[in-house]
Amino acid sequence: MERVPIVKIGRTLFVSIQIDLEDESVVRLQEDLADALTATHANGVIIDITAMEIVDSFIGRMLTMIGAISRLFDAETVIVGMRPAVAITLTELGLSLRGVRTALNAEKGLALLNGSA
Amino acid sequence: MDELPIRSGDDVVRVRQHVRMAAADSGLSLVDQTKVVTAASELARNALVHGGGGTARVELVKADSGRKGVRIGFTDDGPGIADVGQALTEGWTTGDGLGLGLSGARRLVDEFELTSQPGSGTSVVVVKWSR
Repeated sequence: MERVPIVKIGRTLFVSIQIDLEDESVVRLQEDLADALTATHANGVIIDITAMEIVDSFIGRMLTMIGAISRLFDAETVIVGMRPAVAITLTELGLSLRGVRTALNAEKGLALLNGSA
Repeated sequence: MDELPIRSGDDVVRVRQHVRMAAADSGLSLVDQTKVVTAASELARNALVHGGGGTARVELVKADSGRKGVRIGFTDDGPGIADVGQALTEGWTTGDGLGLGLSGARRLVDEFELTSQPGSGTSVVVVKWSR
């Protein structure tokens, strides 16, 4: 099983998903992020999904849950870099990623977290 | 026609990658490729989680009109579905999801055929055509 690295920069945790993830890896990421939030006292999470070719209902639900879990640790989650084809497919699938914020790219996501967007 | 086993989360990823290649080969647009790969991901996961594992068959197809497409058949030997109509209802779930898997997959493809009987597994065949 592949593990997704979590990088802390300032008070933000950065996650860049670069490979086609199996379900267990996504669940693992959720757990690793919860651990990292308690350990680092970060107040923001940026998840870059630029490289993700699809987001199906399971992955979408996990992203929503990561947002909900982060909030319990007083941190905001921003999903960045969604491909246009993924956005169209997600909408048709009926998934709205309620509760997580989105931004075009990591820079804009960071600005959103810092309140300067 | 390629036959792929679905016995682990890893296999679900392999099915996605295989369908992606087949969809590109049959000339589907990037959006349509993404839709059929997403549908395949939902159905492969269903076969694994609810069917206890199964098989995906991926093939390129051609209509009489000359249109090309990709057809994927999923079969499992799981407990089957007692009420197919209910299973296809958006939001209906066995309890561990959002209930978007089957109904969502159906929306993302052009043809969708589900056959199932309690005790004799489930078969789903989907087709996505190039425009």
